[in-house]
Amino acid sequence: MTFDRRRFLQAAGLATLAATARIALAGEPRRKLLVLVELKGGNDGLNTVIPYADPQYAALRPRLAIARDQVVQLTQSTGLHPALAPLKDLWDRRELAVLQGVGYPEPNLSHFRSIEIWDTASRSDEYLEQGWLARAFALSPSPPDFAADGVVVGPNAMGPLSGKGARAIALSNPEQFLRNARLAHDEGTSSNAALAHILRVEHDVTLSAQRLRAGRTFATEFPRTAFGASAGTAAQLAANEAGIAVVRVSLGSFDTHANQLATHANLLKQLAEGLVALRGALVEAGRWDATVVATYAEFGRRPRENQSGGTDHGTASAHLVLGGRVKGGLYGAAPALDRLDGNGNPPFAIDFRDYYATFLERWWGIDAHAVLGGSRTPLRFV
Amino acid sequence: MTTRKFAAFFALAAAALAAHAAPIGYEGARHLLNRTGFGASDAEVAAFAPLEREAAVERLLAGARTEAVHKPPAFVDDPFTPFYKLKALPAEERMAFQRKRVQEGVELRGWWLREMLDTPSPLTERMTLFWHNHFATSQQKVRSAQLMYRQNVLLRREALGNFASLLHAIGKDPAMLVWLDNAGNRRQAPNENFAREVMELFTLGEGHYGEADVKEAARAFTGWSLERESGTYLFRPAFHDFGEKTVLGRSGRFDGDDVIDILLSRPETARFVVAKLWREFISPDPDPATVARWASAFRDSRYEVKPLMRAMLTSDAFWSKANRGSLVKSPVGLVVGTLRTFDIHPFDLRPAVFACAALGQNPLSPPNVKGWPGGDAWITSATLLSRKQWIDRVFRGADPPPMMMAAADASPAAGAAAPGEGRYRRMLERGMADYAFDPSKLPRDRSRLVSLVLAATPVNSIEGLEGAELVRALVSDPAYQLQ
Repeated sequence: MTFDRRRFLQAAGLATLAATARIALAGEPRRKLLVLVELKGGNDGLNTVIPYADPQYAALRPRLAIARDQVVQLTQSTGLHPALAPLKDLWDRRELAVLQGVGYPEPNLSHFRSIEIWDTASRSDEYLEQGWLARAFALSPSPPDFAADGVVVGPNAMGPLSGKGARAIALSNPEQFLRNARLAHDEGTSSNAALAHILRVEHDVTLSAQRLRAGRTFATEFPRTAFGASAGTAAQLAANEAGIAVVRVSLGSFDTHANQLATHANLLKQLAEGLVALRGALVEAGRWDATVVATYAEFGRRPRENQSGGTDHGTASAHLVLGGRVKGGLYGAAPALDRLDGNGNPPFAIDFRDYYATFLERWWGIDAHAVLGGSRTPLRFV
Repeated sequence: MTTRKFAAFFALAAAALAAHAAPIGYEGARHLLNRTGFGASDAEVAAFAPLEREAAVERLLAGARTEAVHKPPAFVDDPFTPFYKLKALPAEERMAFQRKRVQEGVELRGWWLREMLDTPSPLTERMTLFWHNHFATSQQKVRSAQLMYRQNVLLRREALGNFASLLHAIGKDPAMLVWLDNAGNRRQAPNENFAREVMELFTLGEGHYGEADVKEAARAFTGWSLERESGTYLFRPAFHDFGEKTVLGRSGRFDGDDVIDILLSRPETARFVVAKLWREFISPDPDPATVARWASAFRDSRYEVKPLMRAMLTSDAFWSKANRGSLVKSPVGLVVGTLRTFDIHPFDLRPAVFACAALGQNPLSPPNVKGWPGGDAWITSATLLSRKQWIDRVFRGADPPPMMMAAADASPAAGAAAPGEGRYRRMLERGMADYAFDPSKLPRDRSRLVSLVLAATPVNSIEGLEGAELVRALVSDPAYQLQ
């Protein structure tokens, strides 16, 4: 097809048609939404979900331990960092699942190798090209009228959506995306592999742009932080009438090797306020029951604090899952601080692939074995 | 250099010598100059077109530089501010100093982009950027534009020099010592960061060493540290472990240089570097047999870079039609390449720096020690649209600034954009006033213009288009993203 005015008008016409079709399709999308929140740099799980009654905790962290009376107590032994106080309301509503000890065997302590393992859901000694969600959507594509399988918010790498298989786009905000999308065109394919990749991206952009609608406003206010803005974008995408199966946002850096206390508190505050606003907007939009929000990261941090008031790379960590249909409560096991390995890190209680299998099988009904291999045991938080 | 060092490469090149005694032509010259530099103007391409393959490559190699043409920003000669003094400053002064260093970093990037744009030897800068990606070091952690500048000087000095010398020097480079924490590597509690990455990312590649090798090598690098006042390399005997170590099967009272020599003696190292150079200059899929041959010659030459580049750039693989247009342009390649191809020489290169950053490649700030993933990963829907948006601005036509500024000011920066993004966009727009192209500088001949701009057949029809309209169609074509 040629690059001309006629073609532009054609595309505009298609967009109108699509808009009309949407009215007929309005209602519950046929695939529910997963919002992934990446805690970049490796979050300190031990100061996020705190085993405050364990004497080892205070012993390992003379400078960094959160005082018992500061902890937002969830149970007799477990609580949240004070900056996560806004999430207590969700806990009380049983909409917050707290997972402790999510990790994998033979953990790798390198940022980029470990996030690669998380993104591709590989074994520690295995190298996979495709992200785990790209594999899932290759196997089970989202309905054709969906705007995309997945949207990555921000200039980051595609992470779990990388590689062939998923219809995935990246954008910073929907208005800007739609303004610029007029520069993209759907032009077929090529035998040149690099060119074929570019054309595939153009195709995905064009298709998504026809179906995305921007400018939805919410009564809920989003915090004026970078993560607040991302949460606002996620809400816009989630409320979009043409479905989207996955939205990935990120926050960081959590790589707190030195002077951790203030940095970490600030990040967790951003996280909690952003998530609460996201929930508010999705309740408004009537989408909270069809949404699950889940955190992940390359690793947690070492239980014993270091000499610089920070923590070094760890392994298993705590993660949060929120949603209108989430079965709130504690999952996994509190970190075994008396059974640290040679590097000083605790054993894991939940294999991260079982965590993923939960979304695949229990949220979407996709065969987890076909995507993740092995025999997986989904958790019961949804 | 001795004759012996040349011998291996000479044997490789000799057979091919007689075969291409024909001019490389306009198309060939465009391919060579785009792959070894950052775009090329019509005049530059025309100057190489009548040369034969070897003569053209020889001219590039003969022009290689070891120093930049442009004077660096003045701050590089300021007295070094020690990190410990900075920590002692009151919060406000420290913040002000940090802001100053961020500004210096932008200035430094602008200087480097200016060098890429104006240098008589783009190959030198392309190789400097290649080594920057190989020894990926980020100012985000180093927190000193001065130290980043010193590393850049080193990378340029050995850009087409000697890989072994470069590797030895990089281990003692102050920015690297901070970046991979070796400055604090002491025998009492060795820090494995540098020891691991020097094997995994700089020499052998993953899978060619064990965890025990990392631990032992880390002991050898203890004591490679910084002199606090000047920020220069200092060996601290009190920190160094003088005991015996075993690395990759060899034992001795090794220091860091001994370990680097052991790594250089391994065939995996040359193969790792040569395959990476293949992906940079030839195609996404290195041919294992050819890589092995070049790698063994590279090692035999004690890692002289020029003979290796001569072999690569005169090879049939480099010139093969199938490999032309098979690589995605990097953001720096796209931005600087566009300016160079269309003879645009803006007064202020900071907008070009911000453009590269927005497209996913902020020089001196690689995402991590592995560098930019590159290849197809350069292109996502976000970066592709940003690329198109930038091109759209440059080629929009006459008198764009007032309108663009108004549009940028009116855009909903407050909306869902990250804080600061609106301000950043406005700054980009204002500074781009002189980023306009002048169609009169371009070749009149139609097919020559297409050859100048595109490395592959355009995807969209360009039938009936002329002049500035034709140029806009060419740079908007998906094929423009290729080199």
